[in-house]
Amino acid sequence: MSDPELQIAPGPGERAGEEPLVEARDLVKHFPITRGVFLQRKVGAVKAVDGVSFAVRRGETLGIVGETGCGKSTTARLVMRLLESTSGQLTFDGQDITKVKGAPLKAIRRDVQMIFQDPYSSLNPRKTIGSIISEPFAIHGLLTEKDERRKAVQELMETVGLNPEHYNRYPHEFSGGQRQRIGVARALALKPKLLIADEPVSALDVSIQAQVLNLLRDLQRKFGLTLIFIAHDLSVVRHMCDRVAVMYLGRIVEIGSGDALYAFPRHPYTGALLSAVPVADPSRHGGKRRLLTGDVPSPANPPKACRFHTRCPKAQDLCSIEDPPLEDKGTGVLTACHFPLTREEVAEMGLATVTQSTPAG
Amino acid sequence: MAIGGSEALEVSEAAGTQLDFLDLGGQIAARSPLQLFWRRLRQDRVALVSAGFIVLLIVLAVAAPLVIKILGLPGPNVQNLNLTDEFGSPLGPTSGHPFGVDQLGHDVMSRVIYGTRVSLEVGIIGTALSTLIGVFFGLVAGYYRGWVDTVISRMTDVVLSIPLLLLGIGIGAACAVKGCLGGAIQPGLRVIIFLIVFATWPYMARIVRGLVLSLREREFVDASRALGASDARIMVREILPNLTAPIIVFASLQIPSNILIEAALSFLGVGIRPPTASWGQMIASATPIFNTAWWYMVFPGAALLLTVLAFNLLGDGLRDALNPRGAR
Ligand SMILES: Nc1ncnc2c1ncn2[C@@H]1O[C@H](COP(=O)(O)OP(=O)(O)OP(=O)(O)O)[C@@H](O)[C@H]1O
Ligand SMILES: [Mg+2]
Repeated sequence: MSDPELQIAPGPGERAGEEPLVEARDLVKHFPITRGVFLQRKVGAVKAVDGVSFAVRRGETLGIVGETGCGKSTTARLVMRLLESTSGQLTFDGQDITKVKGAPLKAIRRDVQMIFQDPYSSLNPRKTIGSIISEPFAIHGLLTEKDERRKAVQELMETVGLNPEHYNRYPHEFSGGQRQRIGVARALALKPKLLIADEPVSALDVSIQAQVLNLLRDLQRKFGLTLIFIAHDLSVVRHMCDRVAVMYLGRIVEIGSGDALYAFPRHPYTGALLSAVPVADPSRHGGKRRLLTGDVPSPANPPKACRFHTRCPKAQDLCSIEDPPLEDKGTGVLTACHFPLTREEVAEMGLATVTQSTPAG
Repeated sequence: MAIGGSEALEVSEAAGTQLDFLDLGGQIAARSPLQLFWRRLRQDRVALVSAGFIVLLIVLAVAAPLVIKILGLPGPNVQNLNLTDEFGSPLGPTSGHPFGVDQLGHDVMSRVIYGTRVSLEVGIIGTALSTLIGVFFGLVAGYYRGWVDTVISRMTDVVLSIPLLLLGIGIGAACAVKGCLGGAIQPGLRVIIFLIVFATWPYMARIVRGLVLSLREREFVDASRALGASDARIMVREILPNLTAPIIVFASLQIPSNILIEAALSFLGVGIRPPTASWGQMIASATPIFNTAWWYMVFPGAALLLTVLAFNLLGDGLRDALNPRGAR
């Protein structure tokens, strides 16, 4: 994607020493696989998220990238507290929210909002746009005056680029891109501190994607939002995020600043994702692409030790024996790999970005 | 990315087809679901005629005393033994008694009109209560799943395996004199309504549960929960509005079947008892004298037939009007 509209100025820089807004430590979510109708026996577990740790500073955008089924949405749902984690710890704004319930949880929900993957199923087909966007006010007992509420909703509609006169229409009267804007308006209604966007554009027409991405970026600046941005591939994330986490089979395999990661990916999986990005750049055609082969193993039965070793071009015996820790390999990026990519290998891949910026290491 | 996009669309389409039944006018723009529904229903002559007939029935039931006065008929319980011949056989239709009289000299037309009350009460109240209970349990079971669902589903299985007519005869006989459960179940109309509600709520519960199981996976439910909505709010405000079409359709088809249950129980002598007029009970007492007094069975029978037919046809019409991708 070399759409000029997608070229986005770098977000706010990283301010060191500041407490993160949200922090996940060793988050785990296993979905039990059960058999039998009467006595449900647990016969296994889908390890959708299996030990994920990250922190997001205020005002920062963290991108989460990975193939389908790697646990991105599950991670988002865990942070949203829409799912109960199997284990791990979740901190928001200095408060442990791993187990909060009831009124304290409801209070936190005002500060954490989400934009969903599917604009068709995320809006109730039986409600008007007005009542969908005013739902947050109704739930939290805000703006009880009818006129006030209507005004606030119409302002929100304007903010996200919808015609406020369409207040009384139903979702089916809108296109995918407009629906996603409705979802954005709903998520912004309570002025959250953290916004999680779960593949907000992957269901949209390519021509619409840039518009919605630009809207998100503008709103982030305007409201000083902290954003967790989930995407299928690195190209969308590149223009949105300060830092990027790459997930594979329920784990983060590489996390670090976007610039460094794109310039010099150390994990072979990141390298493969980057070289799979279709870029209309002739200088890349000479590059040796490292495309992934084979299927993603089942998260119910993931490979031992390094989960990527079954598909990794650099895998050696050690990779199936010992789990590589997530650590700095000298570029300021944390990488979970015994045999990270070298500069030569990355150069061979001919990634368009390699020559553009210099990595910190 | 293009691949990702089409995948996600496919997923949403799959979810859409599962819920075809619910998705009013998914592809027709610029009208509210209710408007679309009215437009389709207005084009359905059969349903409109049925609805008109049902309105007429309701007027007859509510204003029965007035109607009888206007028609110059005696009350339903007025006995006039002059109207039977010396062998006790009733007289047939005359200008004063268009539907004839019965063995006791009651005016049959007057009793048929009063019988509308019983049928509609049983049909409407019985269906309303059974819908209320069924929707509640179905919502709760489908939304919470787990052990709540297991308990409710087993309960529906047990209730549905009880033969209604046998139970009716048993309870009708046992509660006929003084009522059961400390007077909560009185003989007559209340026993019948109790029986009908008890025996029919599981059907609605099952239908609703199945729909809720798939609706709760839709992202708007998560969106609502993410905003801080309570379970009750999600069930009532988010999920329930998506169930109105199937609930209306199923309830409208339950009304005639409940009317028939009442008629059957009354026919068997465990439902509405004389002197209250009920069609089923009239048909029962007409049976032994059918050879000499055909009118006594034919008129209440026709009333029952037409009423049940009207409700069934209206129910079909509602189903078609609520389901745009249906047969019509
Ligand atoms: N409720 C659930 N019960 C059982 N398994 C689940 C459940 N939700 C997700 N999974 C499984 O967990 C894994 C991760 O799913 P998740 O939705 O988080 O992936 P994802 O990275 O968001 O993928 P996509 O890009 O397709 O959205 C998948 O294998 C999925 O089948
Ligand atoms: Mg997902």
